[in-house]
Amino acid sequence: MLEQNIFAGFGGQGALLMGQLLAMASMIEGKEVSWLPSYGPEMRGGTANCSVVISDEPVASPLVTNANSIVVLNRPSLTKFESHVIPGGNLFINSSVIPEKSERNDINVYYVPMTEVAYELGNVKVSNMVMLGAFVEATQCVKMESIVEALRHKLGEKKAKLIPMNEEALNRGAQIVKDQK
Amino acid sequence: MAKEFMKGCEAIAEAAIQAGCHYFFGYPITPQTEVPEYMAAKLPKIGGCFLQAESEVAAINMVYGAAGAGARVMTSSSSPGVSLKLEGISYLAGAELPAVIVNMMRGGPGLGSIQASQGDYFQTTKGGGHGDYHVIALAPSTVQEAIDLMQDAFDLADMYRTPTMLLADGTIGQMMEPVEFKPREKRTDLPAKDWATTGWGPNSNRPRAVVNSLYIETEELQEMNDRLQARYRMIEEKETRVELYNVEDAEVILCAYGTVARICKSAVALAAKQGVKVGLVRPITIWPFPKKAVHDTIAQDSVKTVITIEISAGQMVEDVRLAVNGEKEVQFFGKPGSYCPTAEEICEKIMEMRRA
Repeated sequence: MLEQNIFAGFGGQGALLMGQLLAMASMIEGKEVSWLPSYGPEMRGGTANCSVVISDEPVASPLVTNANSIVVLNRPSLTKFESHVIPGGNLFINSSVIPEKSERNDINVYYVPMTEVAYELGNVKVSNMVMLGAFVEATQCVKMESIVEALRHKLGEKKAKLIPMNEEALNRGAQIVKDQK
Repeated sequence: MAKEFMKGCEAIAEAAIQAGCHYFFGYPITPQTEVPEYMAAKLPKIGGCFLQAESEVAAINMVYGAAGAGARVMTSSSSPGVSLKLEGISYLAGAELPAVIVNMMRGGPGLGSIQASQGDYFQTTKGGGHGDYHVIALAPSTVQEAIDLMQDAFDLADMYRTPTMLLADGTIGQMMEPVEFKPREKRTDLPAKDWATTGWGPNSNRPRAVVNSLYIETEELQEMNDRLQARYRMIEEKETRVELYNVEDAEVILCAYGTVARICKSAVALAAKQGVKVGLVRPITIWPFPKKAVHDTIAQDSVKTVITIEISAGQMVEDVRLAVNGEKEVQFFGKPGSYCPTAEEICEKIMEMRRA
């Protein structure tokens, strides 16, 4: 098993954190993982993306060119990465800010209005968790419980009160995929 | 969780603390600033000292001072910052002081870029600073290995009274991987630091300790140099490390270190799918360079093609060629700056450069 994934968007949209949680969840399930950010000098804004490799074997190359699944949170990322999904792979599009449809017909495309859903939940900050929920439901590469455990680890005790809202966001994202399948 | 999911820079800092390093002097620079950041948060809590110096030059001289007093001490920087530290590193070597320096290489020359590079191989292995000295240089290719080598680095520095460098790159520094901090036995064979300047008074029952690298008399300087060279020969003999991966009966041998070496492992798998047997020689110590292992691997009858791959214009390839000594042709693939080849590109190059 070798799953290569890319999460891409503007800085601040939560692409890097989504990748981290996926990698941590996979590690919790006993997989070998790597998380590699494309890093720039800026603190916010600019483009941010990360590559996550999940494998049964120790990860050799952490670089990902062509991916099983790619998440794009903004329009420039769609332009840049759409062609890098392998045939039969998955493309997740943040339809809250990307009006275009994918031109690929050899892959599974999911449209996730992550910002609207997060607003409905009362906190726009969980929008990336909506997308991650959709990702996990569609790819089934880790259990949702593992994502929540990773989140619990990441947030620590002080911020544990935020878990229920994040969990709800994950579930809403999963539901969107179930409805689109 | 038995394993932790950590960023390379933070893992390196934690490894140093666990190796007993309680003193850190440095100056921020991408892509290694998380090392000082981690140290700044942790060291004051355990009675250590973190100090952000006014410059890299100041930082390395603070390292000189702490090392002279017998402390386990380190600094960390990235390429342009390490250039500034070179004078201090030469002084550390001349004064025979143990210290650990991390270089998280980024693209150069000049301020270059902040992305990963391997352009500092010459600087690290061929001196960098002035005079006939070497540093032991350890080149990890995973975050876990960075932890293990970081802990070894302090022991090696103490054992041989020499500055020791961890030569990684921006990718190792910025990526996150699952890691484990295995409990380590404290080495009992390290020499006592009886040369350290720990304070002296008329009632001290030892001579005054002097830390110095100035020897005005030719004979005295010669003696110091002879001592260093004898130590370097001993390091070459005892501390050379290399990983041989899939090399038996290989038709193609790749030579690479650090991040590029792990990407080569993916290329080895891709080439195998096309029916080509490729192996990898990965120096773990780039100084001392694993000459014999490199030579013997490449000298195998099965080996028809040898390619050294680096994110540079071709630096380590010179050592590979010296080791092979003309017995076989050694080709090079790589670009200077910050361009890191993918496994697919390396595989394509293998097919292109392969001898029929």
